[in-house]
Amino acid sequence: MTAMIEIRDAEKTFTMHLQGGVKLPVVSGVSFEVDAGECLVLAGPSGAGKSSILKMIFGNYRCDGGHIGVRHHGALLDIARAEPREILSVRRATIGYVTQFLRAVPRVPTIDVVAEPLLAVGISRDEARDRAAKLLRAVNIPERLWSLSPSTFSGGEQQRVNIARGFISDHPILLLDEPTASLDQKNRDIVVELIAAKKRAGVAIVAIVHDDEVRQAIADRIVDVTTFAAAA
Amino acid sequence: MAETNGMSAHDQPLLAAEGLSKNFGRLAACRDVSFTLYPGEVLAVVGESGSGKSTLLQLLSAQLAPSGGRVSYCMRDGVMRNLATLGEAERRFLFRTDWGYVHQDPAQGLRMAVSAGANVGERLMAVGWNHYGRIRNTASNWLERVEIDTARIDDAPRTYSGGMRQRLQIARNLVTEPRLVFMDEPTGGLDVSVQARLLDLVRGLVTELGLAAIVVTHDLAVARLLSHRVMVMKSGRVIESGLTDQVLDDPREPYTQLLVSSILPP
Repeated sequence: MTAMIEIRDAEKTFTMHLQGGVKLPVVSGVSFEVDAGECLVLAGPSGAGKSSILKMIFGNYRCDGGHIGVRHHGALLDIARAEPREILSVRRATIGYVTQFLRAVPRVPTIDVVAEPLLAVGISRDEARDRAAKLLRAVNIPERLWSLSPSTFSGGEQQRVNIARGFISDHPILLLDEPTASLDQKNRDIVVELIAAKKRAGVAIVAIVHDDEVRQAIADRIVDVTTFAAAA
Repeated sequence: MAETNGMSAHDQPLLAAEGLSKNFGRLAACRDVSFTLYPGEVLAVVGESGSGKSTLLQLLSAQLAPSGGRVSYCMRDGVMRNLATLGEAERRFLFRTDWGYVHQDPAQGLRMAVSAGANVGERLMAVGWNHYGRIRNTASNWLERVEIDTARIDDAPRTYSGGMRQRLQIARNLVTEPRLVFMDEPTGGLDVSVQARLLDLVRGLVTELGLAAIVVTHDLAVARLLSHRVMVMKSGRVIESGLTDQVLDDPREPYTQLLVSSILPP
């Protein structure tokens, strides 16, 4: 098995300068590996630092110590020390990140919101739209909505558009933050099937899911984040 | 672990600033600014008014001579040249073709009394185009790309709304296919609905044309939407820089935390 993610002793502390320099330790000693085709689920109560760990892997939060190795174009790159443009390259080619919230850009039609990650890696507009259409159909977004901006959609619809956007790329690593929160049973099952397909394709996944049923269905391994609790 | 980049095609910087400083008398408007910009990268420079952002933009675009340090630019032949040592003809070439400069006030970047078509066509004539029909066609194409009704091609920008003027200024700048565009508060004087449309347009064009851009703004939302990287300036110094979402979502410096926390939720 090839490890796609290798995290060693990663740690994160927020310093709140506007509140008298209070230090908020989030996690420390975070260490785990994720292989290709494996789904690791981060578990723990809210506030334990699960989302912070995903954000550190994505390079959205800075890492204050340790290493976050990510296999990018065949070799390990340490996200904790990477240059901004290396992280951008990782996001284009290697890591996809799906949250429950869609950051909609005004005026861009839904089909293009979903197709955009493919355009960014140089896939033609026609092919990108074809693949976007297929995914939008899979997550039950009616075709009459595709030409509209998702900013006016319901919460559940926006979330499914976001899932389509997150799953369209062929990234070898996927980070999922509550992808099924607030979805109904039918749509939850669809997302579980999309995740299973990614695993079969060899994608390494790190997920946060609260729903027990979904967790049972997708997890190969569960890591308890409270073991990384930072000493306050 | 720096061996994995896979970005060799873009490994040559487009512009590099080293130790840039500018003093106005005893005032240090810009202190020891260094960074490297690569082709296709959009860099936002944020900070309050008076933080030195506009001075920096003028230094970078050779409109102001630095008191210390230097700016190097990769010319079309691939050679990095110190801007201070360029001849007048070379500098003019950069301004006419390789660079764009979008002013906050479109009246500064446009000729208000001549037609929109001529405003766009003028840049083409400056680089040697002389076929009237082709110039008019290209100008009309560009008006369409910036969503200006081509029926207005013969009207002067004085008759345009603020948002249209700004879009025309962008068309005028991009028609020569520059590699680098400087933007000084591009959405500054526009109302919010017009801002969103303009940002969306600029964002699309930047991606489509693979432009590099340096955008000065006090609006963190503009930085988030347009830029890959951000530099935060205070009192003439860069106090924090990095990936845009990283700096805005996980700000480290007290001043950056203040800026981020000062945004009113929509």
